[in-house]
Amino acid sequence: MFKQKRLFELSRTILAIAIALLIALVTILFVSEEPAKALSTFLLGPLKSVRHFGNVLEMMIPLLFTGLAVSIMFSAAQFNLGAEGAFFLGGIASTYIAVRWALPNVIHPAFAILLGGVVGAVFCGIPAILKVKWNASELVSSLMLNYVALFLGLYIINYFLRDVNAGAMVSYKLAESSKLIKMIPGTRVHFGILIAVLMVVLVYYLMYRTRWGYRIRLTGLNSSFARYSGIKTASVIVLAQLLGGFIAGVGGSIEVLGMYRRFSWQTLPGYGWDGIIVAILARNNPALIPVGAFFLAYLRIGADLMSRTSDVQSEVVYIIQGVMIVLIAAESFLAHYRHKLVFKEARNRST
Amino acid sequence: MSNFFNIIFSVDFGYAVLRVTTPILFAAMGALISDKAGVINIALEGMMLIAALTGVIVSALAQSAGLGLLAAVIMGALVGMLLAYFALNLKTDVILAAIAINLIAMGGTVFVLFVVGGDKGISSSLPSLVLPKVTIPLINKIPVLGSILSGHNILTYGAFLSVYLMYIFIYKTPLGLRIRAVGENPHAADSVGISVKKVQYIALTLSGALAGFGGAYMSMGYVSWFSKNMTAGRGFIALAAEAMGGATPQGAMATSLLFGFFDALSNSLQSLRIPAEFVQMIPYLATVIGLVIYAASKTRQIKRIQAQKERDAQL
Repeated sequence: MFKQKRLFELSRTILAIAIALLIALVTILFVSEEPAKALSTFLLGPLKSVRHFGNVLEMMIPLLFTGLAVSIMFSAAQFNLGAEGAFFLGGIASTYIAVRWALPNVIHPAFAILLGGVVGAVFCGIPAILKVKWNASELVSSLMLNYVALFLGLYIINYFLRDVNAGAMVSYKLAESSKLIKMIPGTRVHFGILIAVLMVVLVYYLMYRTRWGYRIRLTGLNSSFARYSGIKTASVIVLAQLLGGFIAGVGGSIEVLGMYRRFSWQTLPGYGWDGIIVAILARNNPALIPVGAFFLAYLRIGADLMSRTSDVQSEVVYIIQGVMIVLIAAESFLAHYRHKLVFKEARNRST
Repeated sequence: MSNFFNIIFSVDFGYAVLRVTTPILFAAMGALISDKAGVINIALEGMMLIAALTGVIVSALAQSAGLGLLAAVIMGALVGMLLAYFALNLKTDVILAAIAINLIAMGGTVFVLFVVGGDKGISSSLPSLVLPKVTIPLINKIPVLGSILSGHNILTYGAFLSVYLMYIFIYKTPLGLRIRAVGENPHAADSVGISVKKVQYIALTLSGALAGFGGAYMSMGYVSWFSKNMTAGRGFIALAAEAMGGATPQGAMATSLLFGFFDALSNSLQSLRIPAEFVQMIPYLATVIGLVIYAASKTRQIKRIQAQKERDAQL
């Protein structure tokens, strides 16, 4: 039964993705003068050269971090949307270390990333504390705090780290010693991908093999039951969000140190929201986060290539994302078949 | 410092507060009606964005601001129905469904803007119209107050009117009673024969329509164009304003005005020598602080009631 249910969930997810893609394809057919070319670039473009496939892997790295961060917080049933702000502030914090401090090679990025994580944890911890202490909705407060993070970060860049000779509003150049090394020649895929993979393993272990992970999941499933079983749900809720914030902050740091020469974000980069999509695709299971992140990154790069070589804009991806989220999260989508499945199974057993 | 007070106690500032409160107030009413029916609508942001673009496109094509407004409101209502379909028929978690709508709105508006207007950032190529400003006779003759209250966009008056109408609707009509019943306790409502699903459908549709008014105001009153992500979190602020206003129309109006005040302040203070980033942060920070104060006082209230009950039980 368990296996069958899993198979059902998988086929349901695939069907949801297929429907979303179909809607996108129809949209492309309508708006494009050369739909065939646009479609083939969109679906196959990322596979056509090492550089473009490298782009997919590069984009996967931040998605892995925010996806993990969101999945932990959602597992505890906390709709903390602060991963966005934590990611941004993590990037700012590590920029500060990378620009202002002089440290030896390996220690420099390590320290910067760690600080980025701590800043992210503190940031996502604020809505958690407000929730636990005063029962303020973490959803609304984290949404608002994202904007606070944006302006605070821009202030720090503008007043402390801005290179006035650079023209645009960007920071000084990051010290060479602070950057993450590139891994695959011909692409910009950097050491961060290994840290991301390690993080996936660690989070999976934490969530499914340790007491704390069990507490987080149980609190998310049924917080009253968790409380009656003697779990201190308040501290579990805070822990989940600190952890989520830490991972998002680390992700922001790694993105800046791995991909940029200067800090140059003018708005929130949106990886926190993407993390939500990845977490939903993976159904909050850390082991499936890489699959979700790869898929989303592939779509994004494909759409990007399409918008560069044809007359269709890359924003068509947002439509795909939205439809996917809704259908995958929809309990009643194909529920009829699940009922049938359960019914058949039950009858088989009784006879 | 005297500069600061000169800004706050000026006629222009008073006018600006009402101007920037308008979209928040509409959206807060949208948040209120869905909250009363027991569903939290965080898609207000996306609904406003979609409505804002619809208003610009339709008013440009039809060369009628009125039709633009109508289309924006209908579009908002349709998105509200879509959210209801996802949440009530497909049983998607309403927060996730709303996040999906916000994402679709964020990218979809840019996509449509490019297809229709040929630009990804701003709708300046579309000859869209704005809704008229209204000068109120008699009131405009009053010194100071007249300049603050008169000469606003018609939707600004509409927003304040909607507070009154919402009050009547929720507290004085049978449908309003049903909405409140469903929000208070859906099972109890169901047991007396109220269709919970239908009532929530109606509430979310109305919520979308109200967000539609707010969105139309953004692109056809507040400014005369559509630009990418122009709502800038106002839908979320409205959500906070509604929560902080104690889920009543008049409370939500008071808190919306408060956020309008901070929003206007952040616009005005940009002329002073305070880092622009801090000034821009003010409305969002004020929202968080307000939210915490409200939630904390409510928690204390509940505790007091519980303590009272326990004392009564002991007697």
